[in-house]
Amino acid sequence: MSQFAINLIFVGGSFALYIGIAIWARASSTKEFYVAGGGINPVTNGMATAADWMSAASFISMAGLISAGGYANSTFLMGWTGGYVLLAMLLAPYLRKFGKFTVPDFIGDRFYSSKARLVAVVCLIVASVTYVIGQMTGAGVAFSRFLEVSSTAGIWIAAVIVFFYAVFGGMKGITYTQVAQYVVLIIAYTIPAIFISLQLTGNPIPMFGLFSEHTDSGMPLLAKLDEVVRELGFRDYTADVSNKLNMVLFTLSLMIGTAGLPHVIIRFFTVPKVADARWSAGWALVFIALLYLTAPAVASMARLNLLTTVFPDGAEAPALAYDERPQWIRSWEETGLVNFDDKNNDGRIQFYNAVPSFEDTAESRGWAGNELTVNNDILVLANPEIANLPGWVIGLIAAGGIAAALSTAAGLLLAISSAISHDLIKKTLKPDISEKGEMLAARISMGGAILLATYLGLNPPGFAAQTVALAFGIAAASIFPAIMMGIFSTRMNDKGAIAGMLAGLLSTLLYIFTYLGWFFIPDTNMLANTADNWLFGISPLSFGAVGAMINFGVAFLVSNATDAPPKEIQELVESVRYPKGAGAASHLSH
Amino acid sequence: MSDEKSPAAQYWSANLRLILGCLIVWAFVSYGCAILFRPLLAGIQFGGTDLGFWFAQQGSILSFIGLIFFYAWKMNKLDKKFDLGE
Repeated sequence: MSQFAINLIFVGGSFALYIGIAIWARASSTKEFYVAGGGINPVTNGMATAADWMSAASFISMAGLISAGGYANSTFLMGWTGGYVLLAMLLAPYLRKFGKFTVPDFIGDRFYSSKARLVAVVCLIVASVTYVIGQMTGAGVAFSRFLEVSSTAGIWIAAVIVFFYAVFGGMKGITYTQVAQYVVLIIAYTIPAIFISLQLTGNPIPMFGLFSEHTDSGMPLLAKLDEVVRELGFRDYTADVSNKLNMVLFTLSLMIGTAGLPHVIIRFFTVPKVADARWSAGWALVFIALLYLTAPAVASMARLNLLTTVFPDGAEAPALAYDERPQWIRSWEETGLVNFDDKNNDGRIQFYNAVPSFEDTAESRGWAGNELTVNNDILVLANPEIANLPGWVIGLIAAGGIAAALSTAAGLLLAISSAISHDLIKKTLKPDISEKGEMLAARISMGGAILLATYLGLNPPGFAAQTVALAFGIAAASIFPAIMMGIFSTRMNDKGAIAGMLAGLLSTLLYIFTYLGWFFIPDTNMLANTADNWLFGISPLSFGAVGAMINFGVAFLVSNATDAPPKEIQELVESVRYPKGAGAASHLSH
Repeated sequence: MSDEKSPAAQYWSANLRLILGCLIVWAFVSYGCAILFRPLLAGIQFGGTDLGFWFAQQGSILSFIGLIFFYAWKMNKLDKKFDLGE
């Protein structure tokens, strides 16, 4: 059977599963549509949250980033998991007690202000739409590589599938499909990693293999990797970083941003009890950790595999002849994500770090520049081929990558559509809308959001990578502090919260646009995006944490200078602090 | 003064103390051991590198899981003790 047929069976089979689940779990009320009826088991919800959270970025890109950056990029591992500690202790249980459907719902009610609700809706939509673009393009890439269709056709296929189960099933359909998608993506990620770990270290568990002995050299794997990269002019894989402030702030921004992303928060509205929200955050992190503990092993082992493939006998010996390159390099060359340019015309692949400090060594070896470029994103997708695994593993990786992109897209689309149908239409524009009308509005806005995401996926606005920083920056600087102060301070009033959100949002946008261009339009940046220009060495990607602090500070000052919130609001804050008396999530009391 | 606090207020301050304790550990393992104090831990070898590297790539994630389950377990006990659970 051809590889194409195998891929088709795996991807097609997984789609049939998702659609079957969607038909079985059709939503029949707004409560089922928004929060799956509030009856999801905490372990099930944890698994769905893990799939919701782990996007194309986690599945496809993260190992590649760590592989290229080594220790310095551990920030992604800590940042994208540490946020769950904040969620479990500072947000999830209290929002579950509050018992509404959406994040703007809480902000609007707690700060007794439709202005605050609107600011929250805008932050939510900007953060979620920018995030969803990456999912659509990610799914498009996976389709075009594995199903041999154009990426345009791939994106349309993805849109139709998501439309089907998200629009009909709502949160209920999405939750159960996400459970299936989690199973698919974790198996797809783990199997190649186990084989590679066995080949390199003899240890079948990748997270232990990372710190084991490298079988061929008898050295610890990481020491061997450090030695190999050093000989090619790269920084040591485990080398420490000098800009610690920026590393701390970047990690903190990712953590606060994770805790403030609306599509993650709303998952905790679906469990039956307050205590379940706490357990569920723990289970979510367990399921996330299964991938996140494997990723650094995949990263280092793939780097070592790649370099020893190119230099089978060490850096001093002749490199791999181009004509003898393995099949996976050939097939990825066709996609343009791997490129070879024989600069010294010796027919061999010299792959090294062509920096001035390494020039003398390179020259003495007769090298005339780096000849191989490898896109970070292919690492996970090419892994089974690098390890010579059978065709069905490649089919599984295809299904896994698509599952990761689709599950996150569905969660984001639900967050967007509920903000529009519930917070804009029901709570602001047309309060007398019937439940049936609200469901229809939710489905139409979901359809609209999918069309917008598809359009943006087909015509990516050239700044797709930067927009993720924007999504995290906004979530960290506006949404997270507002919710946290709403729970932990009875004194915080509407004016303080609105001023804080706007100050956090605007300062973060200003800082990002200063270095990355106004609205990411190239050449409109006021300062070059280099470490010398950054304020105190803080990169624009790390500014979300500073924006959050600005939000807290401004909110505190403005709130204390103005009137305390009304008594019933202070009682509301008191009531979310105690689990007793929590009903199922509802929107009956307003 | 603390004797005069209502049970609900006692529950809340117990929760705040617990959160503070957990967040100190949370910051210590990630920002501390994995980033700021890594040079201090450089002497402790671990699997071909130093302990700080392990905290950055695995240790902090494992600690986060432990922290959440510890917090959930402690809060369940608090809910029962003050009869404020569901």
